[in-house]
Amino acid sequence: MELPCGVSKSTYAQDMAVIHTRTQWGLLGILFAFLCVLPFFLNSLWLGIVIHTSIVLIAVLGLHILTGLCGQISLGQAAFLGVGAYASTLLCAKLNFPLPISIIGAAIFSGCFGIIFGLPALRVKGFYLAMSTLAAQFIIIYLFIHVRFAGGSQGLFVPIPQFLESKINLYFIIMGTAVLATAFAKNISRTKAGRIFVAIRDNDLAAEVIGIRLSYYKLLAFFICSLYAGIAGALYSLYIGHINYEHFSLMDSIWYLGMLVVGGLGSTSGAVFGVIFISLLSKGTSLLAAQMPILGPQVASTIGIIVFGLILVLFLIFEPRGLSHRWEIFKKFYRIWPFSY
Amino acid sequence: MTLFLQFAIAGITMGALYSLIALGFVLIYKSSKILNFAQGEFVLVGGYVGLFFITQLGLPIWLGVVLLVAALALLGFVIEKLTIRPLVGQPILAIIIMTLGLSLLINGTVICITGSELGTFPQFIPTAPIKIGGAVFSQVYAWCFGIAVILVALSTYFFLYTRYGLYMRATAESHEVAQSVGIKVRSTFTLAWVIAAAIGGIGGFLLGIIMGVSGDLSEFGLKVFPVVLLGGLESIPGAIIGGMVIGLLENVAAGYLDPLMGGGVTEVFPYIIMVIILIFKPYGLFGLTRIERI
Repeated sequence: MELPCGVSKSTYAQDMAVIHTRTQWGLLGILFAFLCVLPFFLNSLWLGIVIHTSIVLIAVLGLHILTGLCGQISLGQAAFLGVGAYASTLLCAKLNFPLPISIIGAAIFSGCFGIIFGLPALRVKGFYLAMSTLAAQFIIIYLFIHVRFAGGSQGLFVPIPQFLESKINLYFIIMGTAVLATAFAKNISRTKAGRIFVAIRDNDLAAEVIGIRLSYYKLLAFFICSLYAGIAGALYSLYIGHINYEHFSLMDSIWYLGMLVVGGLGSTSGAVFGVIFISLLSKGTSLLAAQMPILGPQVASTIGIIVFGLILVLFLIFEPRGLSHRWEIFKKFYRIWPFSY
Repeated sequence: MTLFLQFAIAGITMGALYSLIALGFVLIYKSSKILNFAQGEFVLVGGYVGLFFITQLGLPIWLGVVLLVAALALLGFVIEKLTIRPLVGQPILAIIIMTLGLSLLINGTVICITGSELGTFPQFIPTAPIKIGGAVFSQVYAWCFGIAVILVALSTYFFLYTRYGLYMRATAESHEVAQSVGIKVRSTFTLAWVIAAAIGGIGGFLLGIIMGVSGDLSEFGLKVFPVVLLGGLESIPGAIIGGMVIGLLENVAAGYLDPLMGGGVTEVFPYIIMVIILIFKPYGLFGLTRIERI
């Protein structure tokens, strides 16, 4: 980690701190203040986009822990989001649980689902594991359509409490969760489990040889990833008010993975950058295409996917380490600019 | 029994098409160890390109098919040169995500141009139904099955008995060794992509004859994964047998279970088989079991 000149550390705690200097504390404070006043300046369209982006951020952070840290590929994140959304809605509507409990229940339920579909990870990895999660995606969507109490292809209406009717309250709940989720994801990479995840990613056989319980930690990574997905799904159900199997398609799973890659695999800031960049880009292009009626509705509805695919391909060719790597280079450059010696 | 035969015939026909599409996947994997998630998009593009040449331009079938193969070969060539070549030596995750990104890009572009509307080919296969042991099915199935089997046989012949097939097998064995005996490994990779794209395109054309061309064709491409996992990733006989087995199981299961489950079994059954394979025999029937060392 590069720090400005003159920062000295004399204790282990100082060395391990995430935030080192006063400037960084100040910037963090400004960021929080900005997030607090943001909803009062946005119209409902952009407020919706910000809320949706923060929900996606939670989902992608989960994937960051599984794929970025632990190196296990998941093509089924959207389905686990769906499990969270359906579980929270059913707990709330059918069993009359209070909302916070049903969200936590949904998260744990989704986490357990993640463990079930993570089981093949004990024997296989890489492509084979990606296949297992692809199967999870299709099987879970099938269950949404065909299990009787999940409402079939019509989906379910989500009971939304009175105080969340206002989008601004919803914004604070969701943004608060997203900030907590980011802090948790950042910190998990510094714990024992996080370091074990990285060891498994770099070489799982070597990790096993030095005494790491591979099966336990792989399943733990799946559990945490799906836990995040469950929370994101529950919040998503509150945001859209009516859930349906179409909201949790394979396409969304690929989007989440792509955001992670564009941001930079393996760093928390990468996940944040990727989500913000891709969400704004796809929304921006769709809005732009909608502004130009010559292009027709077909272009407007698919331009987001095309641009995303193109960006993904270009990033993998020209900057496989993602936006966070670019950001580090940028910071380093301006730290010594204009006196580079 | 008649009912079973009916399902089985439809299943085997679909299975032959799955084998054909899976063959393209195996070809790429065997020669370059690249997992192609965009195989389904070759199927989709094949369907729509065929539709453009044959239905819209009104070209004769044979000319349309030749042009289709040429167009798809070009697509495979371009994709390999521009996007896959720079990734040589990158980790498997990068390659998976690259082909996923390609599939999004191609899929989006196709839907953007065509609007994902259902298109049909002109009737050129006689419509009189065929009867086998009480089961009645349309001749289209027999034709498609026949064409798919011929193509699978041709590809197998190519792979086993021609010079370029030999190059590919040598490249699959070891890049360095292949290079040292004068095989151009790069052109072999390109050739694999060209052939895979062309095969996928023909698969899309045949599927389009059976069920009409629509955006769903790429979903069929995703079914190559259960097929190749059952057969083993690097095995050509595996792809053929896997395709037949998956097609058969899927259709028979759908025939008997759909009334009980309320439809949609075809979409999910191959993946259930896939999970079972992954848990009990992850390297498939004929795949090589990988032994890892630190």
